[in-house]
Amino acid sequence: MNQKYEAVIGLEVHVQLLTKTKTFCGCRNKFGSPPNTNVCPVCMGHPGILPVLNKKVVEFAVLLGLATNCEINKRSIFARKNYFYPDLPKGWQTSQFELPICEHGFIDIVKSDGLEKRLGITRIHMEEDAGKLIHDQGTDSLIDLNRCGTPLLEIVSEPDMRSAEEAYLYLVKLKQIVTYLGICDGNMEEGSLRCDANVSIRLKGEKKLGTKTEVKNMNSFRNVEKAIEAEIDRQIDIIEDGGKIIQQTLLWDADSGDVKPMRSKEESHDYRYFPEPDLMPVLVNDDWRKSISESLPELPEHRKKRFIDKYKLPEYDAELLTAEKPVADFYEAVLNTTDDFKSASNWIMGDVLKIINERKIKIEDFPVSPENIGRLINLINEGLISSKIAKEVFPVLLDENKDPRTIVEEKSLLQISDDSFIEEVVGNILGNNMDQVKQYLDGKEKVIGFLVGQVMRETKGKANPAAVNKILKEKLEAFR
Amino acid sequence: MLQYKTHSQKLNLIKNGKLSLTENVEYFRDSINKNADLNAFNFVFEEVVEESRKIEEKIHDGKYGKLAGMVIAVKDVLALKDKPLTCSSNILKKFKSIYTATAVQKLLDEDALIIGKTNCDEFAMGSSNENSARGVVKNPVNTEFVPGGSSGGSAAAVAAGLCDASLGTDTGGSIRQPASFCGIYGFKPTYGRVSRFGLTAFASSFDTIGPFARSVDDISLLLQVISGKDKYDSTSSDKEVPDFLSEYQNATKLKIGLPQEFFSDGLDPEIRDILYDYISKLKTDGFEIIDIHLPHHEYSIAAYYILTTAEASTNLARYDGVRYTTRSGKKDDLINMYTNTRSEGFGDEVKRRIMLGTYVLSAGYYDAYYAKAQKVRRLIQKDFFDAFEKVDVIITPTSPFTAFKLGEKTSDPLQMYLSDIYTTSANLAGIPGINVPVGSAGNGLPIGMQILANQFEELKLLRLSSYIESNYLKNEVV
Repeated sequence: MNQKYEAVIGLEVHVQLLTKTKTFCGCRNKFGSPPNTNVCPVCMGHPGILPVLNKKVVEFAVLLGLATNCEINKRSIFARKNYFYPDLPKGWQTSQFELPICEHGFIDIVKSDGLEKRLGITRIHMEEDAGKLIHDQGTDSLIDLNRCGTPLLEIVSEPDMRSAEEAYLYLVKLKQIVTYLGICDGNMEEGSLRCDANVSIRLKGEKKLGTKTEVKNMNSFRNVEKAIEAEIDRQIDIIEDGGKIIQQTLLWDADSGDVKPMRSKEESHDYRYFPEPDLMPVLVNDDWRKSISESLPELPEHRKKRFIDKYKLPEYDAELLTAEKPVADFYEAVLNTTDDFKSASNWIMGDVLKIINERKIKIEDFPVSPENIGRLINLINEGLISSKIAKEVFPVLLDENKDPRTIVEEKSLLQISDDSFIEEVVGNILGNNMDQVKQYLDGKEKVIGFLVGQVMRETKGKANPAAVNKILKEKLEAFR
Repeated sequence: MLQYKTHSQKLNLIKNGKLSLTENVEYFRDSINKNADLNAFNFVFEEVVEESRKIEEKIHDGKYGKLAGMVIAVKDVLALKDKPLTCSSNILKKFKSIYTATAVQKLLDEDALIIGKTNCDEFAMGSSNENSARGVVKNPVNTEFVPGGSSGGSAAAVAAGLCDASLGTDTGGSIRQPASFCGIYGFKPTYGRVSRFGLTAFASSFDTIGPFARSVDDISLLLQVISGKDKYDSTSSDKEVPDFLSEYQNATKLKIGLPQEFFSDGLDPEIRDILYDYISKLKTDGFEIIDIHLPHHEYSIAAYYILTTAEASTNLARYDGVRYTTRSGKKDDLINMYTNTRSEGFGDEVKRRIMLGTYVLSAGYYDAYYAKAQKVRRLIQKDFFDAFEKVDVIITPTSPFTAFKLGEKTSDPLQMYLSDIYTTSANLAGIPGINVPVGSAGNGLPIGMQILANQFEELKLLRLSSYIESNYLKNEVV
């Protein structure tokens, strides 16, 4: 970015809620069903239907409000946002306008330079999603109303972000929060979390805001960052060339890596918002708010701090393990079987996440149970196998997921701690390597590593390394 | 000719074998056919003859619902599963509902027989039933005159004896005014008393469903059946429903308010005189009569038309040709498909109100119109709440004039809107009201008295209506 300018960015994020049923009717809120199977007269907008608010949607909204430090409005109202589109059966989207359920919150981020920044949230409101148009099957456009009426929360940020990186970090943090709350799966690629960005630039030190544009159609977290960068560059180029920014909506094109204006006809809306007469105001009294706040799960920041305090993990480990709730859950599940906090962390950050990335699976689908990971760690700590043997057991576990002790026994991998047997092997090794013995006696003690290796080779890695070291030293010293 | 005046009399006749329900239903069906020129019905359901045999058996077996054998017509804005729901509009010409309205289901649950769906003004917008894509309805008292609207078909069907009772809807007077024009009882309940689920919305915060009948007894019975909280309507009230039927006859000496604003200029002197006659009779009988004021009354029509058209403009957005509405045959792009479908499908009055409503909600006009009208609505509501501190009920004319001639007001929408001058304020305030048929003018056309009460005080209306019916109207069976 040109250093003369600073960017001013605000995000509008929509999250799809993981409720069992839709916002205003009893239809299932389920992705991937055959078209128009999760529908009823209410979500199809038939004459005479009326909405009845799903209580869970309010609870999820309040949860997110509490988790993002918002004020929860005791009374909020729904409004009709009117526009014509074939995926919108009633001719309006039921949303909130004047009095949203949550306001004035914030999220803290830590930037790559280590500096913390607080980013404001203007409001969070409840609304319903529209259906889906399908254009690629034959000459007609088709409509699938399964998604119609499914619940969304829209989170509107303050224009507090000053770079694409900040916007990216805000979005990642928000995803982390909604997934921790269990109210949304946060999958941008599948559209369960969607983001539009409002971007403007101004000279550094300038107080007045520049003309903003809205950037849409970004379907991954990194694309949000890239699209905002591209838009900032585009605006700087225009200003540098003496031009003016036009207020408009732009679409991000991930293939070409730039933003393109939407046709102006599509954005000239007057939504004619007015209070929805078919729904009563949403009242969240102190008791309800209290019972919702009691169901608030532990949030990522707190969990990270707890991992550091309770499990004595380095900050790096704690950050990585708590970034995604299922990973943190897996870690703590491993701790049900072992007390070796750090080893558990090492195993997850290393071997487990490596497999997950390679196989592109979720940790929930990881083939080895946390219990068996814990048992494996215990086998090492009890001296029954070496770390090296453990690395051999692990691939077997991936295929079989059974008690690692059984695998070790079946494959005769149990560590040999029988001193007399080790003494015999050591005796033979020393006898065959008298040159190395002489070097040792001459003070080149490093050669002991070679000798240990020979013993381990002879025992196929099963000899207890501590015992081997001890016996080797004793025998070598006996040569003096 | 019917041998009974109330449903309880009818039930007794059936039980005693003096009336065959099936013959009764056939009589109604034949009467509908004979009176086809009234055009009261959009659809008649032949299968009720067959169903009547089952209900008759139930009655003889002694296991039957409160409305067993009552033959009821419902306004064609109410949903009945697998039956047409046209709202008397071309845009829903071929539409059949896939579910049943709560109020209609409650009738069925009590063994009522639904004989058909009645004509009305398109989407319940009108005061004369002349805005129907299925043709005008004629007043059975004199077929050169309108039956009133928008529930003109439901009123005419009951007045002409084509059924025992009917359901209508009242957004600004659409039950009370046609009841007045046709000379029968018509009841608009408190907003929230009867579920709106399955009532095709015109103006959501005004719409109510209520009965037409020829007696207070039947009105009470029907109100009893259709009232109550509905889990499918968030705006329905969970206030306890009194036992209207057994309690309405306990006459008490109610305090009656007379709002001066409702008896001034513009009221037909003949109507005024008849109402004053009744008021003096009531006074003689010991009812306290108190002059009251409803100072914001003069703004009610303006506020009503701003707010109802605003709500209507969005309620009717769903009729867009995309899914179930009749789509224009002209092949074109999306925007023109919408335009052609709605231009061809809606009648003039509906278009007028959609445009008006779209305008008052538009950016830059919202505060001047919609927001201001909401404030006026609260003031009108407060006027009533203040008045009901002093009186139990309010008596007014239902309409400033008796039924007018077909075509007389169609060229002047404003004159037409003024037909509702005495009825809209009850919808603005959400309070209940009834039309009591109190007599006829010199030209033979019926005159109606409107009685209003505070929210959820329907019982007071039934009590006073019953008092008037049993004491003053005995010999004036319609």
